Amino acid sequence: MDALDILFSASLWAAAIRIASPLIFATLGELISERAGVLNLGIEGIMTVGAFAGWFTVYQGGDLWLGVVAAALAGSAFGLLHAMLVVPLGLSQHVTGIGITLFAASLTYYTYRLAFPEVTSPPKIEPFAPWPVPVLSDIPFLGEALFRQTPLTYLAFIAAGLVGWFLYRTPAGLAVRTAGENPAAVEAQGIDVTRVRIMAVVAGSALMGIGGAFLTLSAFNSFYFEMVNGRGWIAIALVVFGSWRPGKALLGALLFAAFDAYQLRLQQLAGIFVPYQIFLMLPYALSILALILMSRRASYPRALMIPYRKGER
Amino acid sequence: MHLSRRQVLRLTGAAASLPLIGSFHGAASAKDVIKTAAIYTVPVEQQWVSRIHKAALAAKERGDIEYTFSEKVANTDYERVMREYCEAGHQLIVGEAFAVEDAARAVAKDYPDRAFLIGSSFKPDAAANPNFAVFDNYIQDASYLTGMIAGAMTQKGNIGMVGGYPIPEVNRLMHAFMAGVKETKPDAKFQVAFIGSWFDPPKAKETAFAQIDAGADLLYAERFGVSDAAKERKVLAIGNVIDTQADYPDTVVASALWHFEPTLDAAIKAISEKAFKADDYGQYSFMKAGGCSLSPLGTFEGKVPADVAAKVKAREGEIKSGAFTVTIDDSEPKSS
Repeated sequence: MDALDILFSASLWAAAIRIASPLIFATLGELISERAGVLNLGIEGIMTVGAFAGWFTVYQGGDLWLGVVAAALAGSAFGLLHAMLVVPLGLSQHVTGIGITLFAASLTYYTYRLAFPEVTSPPKIEPFAPWPVPVLSDIPFLGEALFRQTPLTYLAFIAAGLVGWFLYRTPAGLAVRTAGENPAAVEAQGIDVTRVRIMAVVAGSALMGIGGAFLTLSAFNSFYFEMVNGRGWIAIALVVFGSWRPGKALLGALLFAAFDAYQLRLQQLAGIFVPYQIFLMLPYALSILALILMSRRASYPRALMIPYRKGER
Repeated sequence: MHLSRRQVLRLTGAAASLPLIGSFHGAASAKDVIKTAAIYTVPVEQQWVSRIHKAALAAKERGDIEYTFSEKVANTDYERVMREYCEAGHQLIVGEAFAVEDAARAVAKDYPDRAFLIGSSFKPDAAANPNFAVFDNYIQDASYLTGMIAGAMTQKGNIGMVGGYPIPEVNRLMHAFMAGVKETKPDAKFQVAFIGSWFDPPKAKETAFAQIDAGADLLYAERFGVSDAAKERKVLAIGNVIDTQADYPDTVVASALWHFEPTLDAAIKAISEKAFKADDYGQYSFMKAGGCSLSPLGTFEGKVPADVAAKVKAREGEIKSGAFTVTIDDSEPKSS
């Protein structure tokens, strides 16, 4: 197989969609939060919490979907903490977010060690199995790439649609978007800006939690320290790449994942001549390039990272 | 209760002398029980560290050492933790200095009466650090044998290898494995990939999928996640450092196991004889020292061709007797 053949193989795109799934959840979560005007750098830690909470629930005998719910709840709990600190109290969103990431990740590791003091190899669960969509999965190429994934991957795409519909087609979505552009206008409508922002951060964090849980419930079957491995930070870049629009963000996640899946395959092909580090760098380097091209026209939420204080002029 | 001043003084005096009694007792028993602290940069679940942890727990069980450990210590924090354990009076410090060589050796210099048994890619320096001994997982002997089995089990002669980073302890095992494969399958091809992380099983799994897509029908599982990919796609895998066949009975053919016990026991013996020196403990991981072994074939008993099994057995004997030496090659392995 040469480099071009790989590009047109269904297995490459199936891999890309698998790799993209946790990024899609996380990016959507960050996007909702930022559209309401709150940067959430707690994302990396919140994903770690979600990965653990989801896996642990299933390990304790819970259903896989209960694990997903647990991940969402655990994620939103830390989202609430972040929101309380930065929305009503108006603390620095950067510093608080980093703090949340450190705190959430460390607390997760601590809990893990309390629950499993004596293991040598982390216990495994039975993860989501691929579920081929009837009829659609028989379509050549597209079926193999898109419709033979695990249920959580389908949920990621559904979530992207729902978030888009919510933000652009519902009054609540309008309130969220306006809270990130011109919070005084929201206030003028008689809607509480603080509440809108808190709820956006909490809902976004729930999605981040599910994104983390994808790693332990679908992509893999056990929990490891540091297994989120920077995926949260990528999601932050993807929000900018998608210029704060769910559809574009989804495309960005797919593009990044496709680069990643492609480099894994190129590494096998050309690893003799090119150092492997170049390949590992490839998705990031190409994403930066794409970011430069895309972000020239990107318009960020005007009130992003500006705390809103009632009555202040 | 009312206490007179004299009573208070007497009680305080008695209380103050308690630690003295304790330390006297400690001095009497310290001859046998060595206060040991281990410092790991990764959780004890990690394959490499889990072998050290296991050997230390066994030594503790025997009553040879008192054992305490810190896991997931950041490299930037490593020196502080080392010093803390030294200050707390630990006699034997076990650790891994792969990313903190200079700092670790500096600590050893400051505590000349303590013994340091440290995982390192470098050699000991008796002149500068007479109390700093090094070890590593020199299990190339066992890796070679797994390679021989792999060569017999691959149908297409296309083998995928996923590693974390190309550092000496990973490279030398990969090279030994590849040399073993070539003995039973001279025309075998290898796909080598590194994921740039020790702990990202989903990524290791995706990398393994990519290799299977490119035709690999046997995987060398250096990282967690690779055997899972092999299981899902129904190809075979060879384990490394730990035995994972129980989790993948139809996938993992054999594993090259590392046993840290000979290394640790040699250090314990040296300390109790007051003869601990800046030795290279790497040799205690060799097969003839009992530091590594080929796992039992288990579920693959009878599935590996008999002539190959016999050949492996013969090689094992030759390695133990010294008639055959597996080459140690620390350079970065490349795809072929």
